[in-house]
Amino acid sequence: MEVTFRESWGVLHGLIFGALFLLSFSGGIVGLYSLRPEFLTAEGLKERMARMKVWVASMAAIVWATVITGTYIVYPWYRAKPGADVTDLSAYPRSLLLSAANTAEWHKFGMEFKEHVAWIAPIAATVVAYVIAVYGPQLIKEPKIRKALMNFFVVAFTAAAIAGVLGAFITKAAPIH
Amino acid sequence: MTTEILIKNGKAAAALLAGGIGALTMGLMTTLGESVAAIGTALNWYNPVGALSGKTTVAVIVWLIAWAVLGNQWKDKDVDFDKIAMIALVLLLLGILGTFPPFFDLFVPKA
Repeated sequence: MEVTFRESWGVLHGLIFGALFLLSFSGGIVGLYSLRPEFLTAEGLKERMARMKVWVASMAAIVWATVITGTYIVYPWYRAKPGADVTDLSAYPRSLLLSAANTAEWHKFGMEFKEHVAWIAPIAATVVAYVIAVYGPQLIKEPKIRKALMNFFVVAFTAAAIAGVLGAFITKAAPIH
Repeated sequence: MTTEILIKNGKAAAALLAGGIGALTMGLMTTLGESVAAIGTALNWYNPVGALSGKTTVAVIVWLIAWAVLGNQWKDKDVDFDKIAMIALVLLLLGILGTFPPFFDLFVPKA
């Protein structure tokens, strides 16, 4: 059993950072949804807000870590160009996918979508984390702001989920070794 | 008796709209970078990453500038939150559309 240096970064990017963001989404969205006067006592609100601020700020930090490691560490290995004399493309995932008609779409659609859409997730998640940090307990009286934050949170999750699912399929078709 | 001081909705509106502008910029940079070769080349700020480096950096810079400007303008104001939140959401979704390959491929010149 062996995990290479590049595979370790791939695991950190996708299976640890990316999966952690997706898994923690349900906690964040439920926390926001249930931030209502009829659901919480004053004590409950105080406890909830302290936890939510840390939870959502951590999610924003994790999704930034996901896109930065993905773009600047893993992606260069994915798109590296083989030399003219290279015949075994297994170390060059992009070229490997494009070399066959039945796998080319994993790059042309899958990777092209994943690498771009993923960057919308940290922007949207940071907005949510900032507003929760600034407004705190006041959010319980601000249903319009809560609703807007939930919309942004769902979009952040959707963008990250698209990137995550496509990433899993691309890695299956052409892994980085 | 204590008087609770409520934060105006301008700060939240500014953050949301700036987020929408940042996402739209990401979509716009993606579509322009993929469909206009000269822009794609100009956005290549770091060779190992290619044009993705410029697209993402421009989007983040535009987002942060928009946030700073709007936040400064609206920090002590109540604004039309419903309208701004709706615009922000539409911009966010347009940003996703701009990163969708079948969409930006519509603008790629046919060989």
